[in-house]
Amino acid sequence: MENLVIDEGPNTQTFISHSDYRSVMSSLAETHHPLAGDDPLSSNSSSKSFRNSSFTEDSFLEPPAYADVVFSPFTEKPISGNGNSSQPTQHLSNSSSEFITIIVSNPQKEQEISNSLVPGGNTYVTYLITTRTNMADYGSSDFSGSAEFSVRRRFRDVVTLADRLADSYRGFLIPPRPDKNVVESQVMQKQEFVEQRRLALEKYLTKLASHPVIKKSEELRVFLQVQGKLPLPSTTDMASRMLDGAVKLPKQLFGESVSAITAQEAVQPAKGGRDLLRIFKELKQSVANDWGGSKPPVVEEDKEFMEKKEKLRDLEQQLSAASQQAEGLVKAQQDIGETMGELGLAFIKLAKFETEEAVYNSQRTRAADAKRVATAAVKASRFYREANAQTVKHLDTLHEYLGLMQAVHTAFADRSNALLTVQTLLSELSSLRSRVEKLEAASSKIFGGDKTRNKKMEELKETIRVTEEAKDCAIKEYERIKENNRNELERLDRERQNDFHNMLKGFVINQVGYAEKIANVWTKVAEETSEYAKDSI
Amino acid sequence: MLAKRSLSGSGLSPRSPSSSQPFLSVSVTDPVKLGNGVQAYISYRVITKTNLPEYRGQEKIVIRRYSDFVWLRDRLAEKFKGIFIPPLPEKSAVEKFRFSAEFIELRRQALDTYVNRVASHPQLQQSEDLRSFLQDDEETMERARSQDGGIFKKKPADLMQIFKDVQSKVSDVVLGKEKPLEEADPEYEKMKRYVFELEDHLAEAQKQAFRLVKRHRELGQALSDFGKAVKLLGDSEGNQLGKAFSDFGSQSEMLSFKLQKEAQDLLMNFEEPLKDYVRAVQSIKATMTDRANAFRQQCELAETAKLREINLEKLIVMRSDKVPEVEIECKELKAESEEATRRFEVIVRLMNEELVRFQEQKTIDMGVTFHDFAKGQAQLANDIANAWRSLLPKLEACSP
Repeated sequence: MENLVIDEGPNTQTFISHSDYRSVMSSLAETHHPLAGDDPLSSNSSSKSFRNSSFTEDSFLEPPAYADVVFSPFTEKPISGNGNSSQPTQHLSNSSSEFITIIVSNPQKEQEISNSLVPGGNTYVTYLITTRTNMADYGSSDFSGSAEFSVRRRFRDVVTLADRLADSYRGFLIPPRPDKNVVESQVMQKQEFVEQRRLALEKYLTKLASHPVIKKSEELRVFLQVQGKLPLPSTTDMASRMLDGAVKLPKQLFGESVSAITAQEAVQPAKGGRDLLRIFKELKQSVANDWGGSKPPVVEEDKEFMEKKEKLRDLEQQLSAASQQAEGLVKAQQDIGETMGELGLAFIKLAKFETEEAVYNSQRTRAADAKRVATAAVKASRFYREANAQTVKHLDTLHEYLGLMQAVHTAFADRSNALLTVQTLLSELSSLRSRVEKLEAASSKIFGGDKTRNKKMEELKETIRVTEEAKDCAIKEYERIKENNRNELERLDRERQNDFHNMLKGFVINQVGYAEKIANVWTKVAEETSEYAKDSI
Repeated sequence: MLAKRSLSGSGLSPRSPSSSQPFLSVSVTDPVKLGNGVQAYISYRVITKTNLPEYRGQEKIVIRRYSDFVWLRDRLAEKFKGIFIPPLPEKSAVEKFRFSAEFIELRRQALDTYVNRVASHPQLQQSEDLRSFLQDDEETMERARSQDGGIFKKKPADLMQIFKDVQSKVSDVVLGKEKPLEEADPEYEKMKRYVFELEDHLAEAQKQAFRLVKRHRELGQALSDFGKAVKLLGDSEGNQLGKAFSDFGSQSEMLSFKLQKEAQDLLMNFEEPLKDYVRAVQSIKATMTDRANAFRQQCELAETAKLREINLEKLIVMRSDKVPEVEIECKELKAESEEATRRFEVIVRLMNEELVRFQEQKTIDMGVTFHDFAKGQAQLANDIANAWRSLLPKLEACSP
């Protein structure tokens, strides 16, 4: 489904075979409304196939009869054991005909070569990740300019990818990765869990590939394309980092190693690194910021940013509530569909019974009436459930944006951390400078200079120079992250408006379509039983 | 509504001297809570309009309570064996539900239906007890009601019969006979099985209907909650899109209201008629029990009479002086046996007529129920479609 087929005329209803749902929505908009909507393809969309079955039914309504269009119920993704997704989730780029499609499939159990005393070793699951793309960075294998390739990765690799992206793309809204589940190995291998994880991985990678900046990242490319072991530095755990840092600390404190933060280090956050001393310094600085009477040299002055932050906090709250209520709605729709089906079944049994045991004609008539109601109830039940399957997909937007709020927190944290680094360096500089001043004052009193003091001053001046460099870098980094924040928040707003708009529209159109269908079913029964209406009030 | 329908087909005895059609119209209205605390109960106004000569006056209004209706039902059951007595709504087991508006209205409706069915039944409408019920003042009614207390209302002969029934049942069990004496009528057997199975099917349908009521309420609530959350989301958008969200919230609220209303309609007009149907089948089962008892009585009395005859013959041969005594006994027993046979045959005949009536009436009743159900669901679905459709132009207009 790489190529959009958007040039259908007003007869969109009759012949749509393979077409992107959103393209139909926008073409519907084009044919029925003068306002041609913007092609809403900048975020993830799912391509589904259409069924023509509904087109034969009459619509009781004046056009546009949304019933005709909606019905193309999305084919449901089969949840099969081997994890093959029936329809790949696809991303299309706004600007060009660039595309990248990622499918995660074929989970397999593999054995870790264990050095431990425990026999049998550790088993883990790997997934086959197949990518098709025509993006230049990935090279191409055929004349169409697109490439297709597969790699096997385990979940740990995904965690590594996520962490490296977090390092490289500070300030960006990076899609949150699927949760690590700390569960027993037995559950880990259960089919349901593996299938859930497969789906989550597919969604995650596709989201990464649809982020305008991250899709071009080397980390992602390497993850998707490079065979064999993932060539990205893995995140070491907290403990070994602390250990490394603890080893370095005494040297740093006793001045045996250069205690200045270099420019290179300044652009990395302190917390993830091994430099304990730096972590302590920044911690001290943040405490000073919080409790200190005087304002730190550089503050978060951006009022606009603060307002934005407030607004986003509100948004998160509202999203959380809406997400929860959406779940409640989905459940209620599910339940009514089920009960309607059971009611239908009960009446079918009753009708069958009366027909079989009929002695009088009145029984046969009654059985026929009951059967009509039963058939309608069963049909309505099916419609409720189909409608609900669509509702789930539409309202998923809420859950996704709620998840994205996490990424917002991270992006803001990147900014705060960068600012903290700047503030720490500035404090450091100021204290270094005052030490130099003190030494100069003391040394000037001694005639001919003080060899030790002079040496010390030289060292300090060198440290100041290095620290100045680091400070400049840190400021640049902070500004860069601020800029990333700003751009990403703008993108978030734009995409959110778009996605929410589509969500509402999709939801509403779906509800209209199915409600019409259900109404038709019952209207027919009411007509068939209209003779009884004459007798009632 | 039922009243009108059933009365139009009723065969009232054309004994009235007046030229207008004989009619008897009853309605149960105006439930009022009386009394305090545990003693509290609901009283209803029963309004009778008639031109029948048996009734004193053309219009009468009396106050009745649920136990008065039960009294009437019990009297009718006693005197009209073989007739399917119209069923009464159940006594409510749950205390707190007893005075809810919903329950009161359901009960009122059911009582109204009950009285009208009695009043339009060709045999039952002749009942003296019905006339008492519709006309007697409250004190008289209360006296009558309190006099009939369970077992004490039975005549001594009935009591004897009850003991005999129990006795024979016990001896049957003791002797290893599984079932008491039963008719060997294969068609009747079939009918009995039909009735029992019908009750099961209907009970299941009623159960699902009740659940469907609940589901409508739940969906209404969920939609309302969701709409409110969406509205809040929209408030922070602020622009055209925000307005669309707000409209969404309003429509959700409106639909929620419609769903609640439909739930209420379903309770009154879909679930209740199914419950009523189940009760009617249970009434048939009660008649079946009466028939079984009458059959047994007939058999036993016939047996007893025959034995006495044989005894008499022996005595005649022996030229015993007990002969005249026993002759009289035989005559009496023969009469009783014939009476029991007659009673049984009446029940059989009535039951057959009643069955035809029952099936026909139920087809009409269920037809109406089905029709109203389909209409209600169609209306609801259309309302839902219309409400959502109204949002679309605005949604199109604020395409970002």
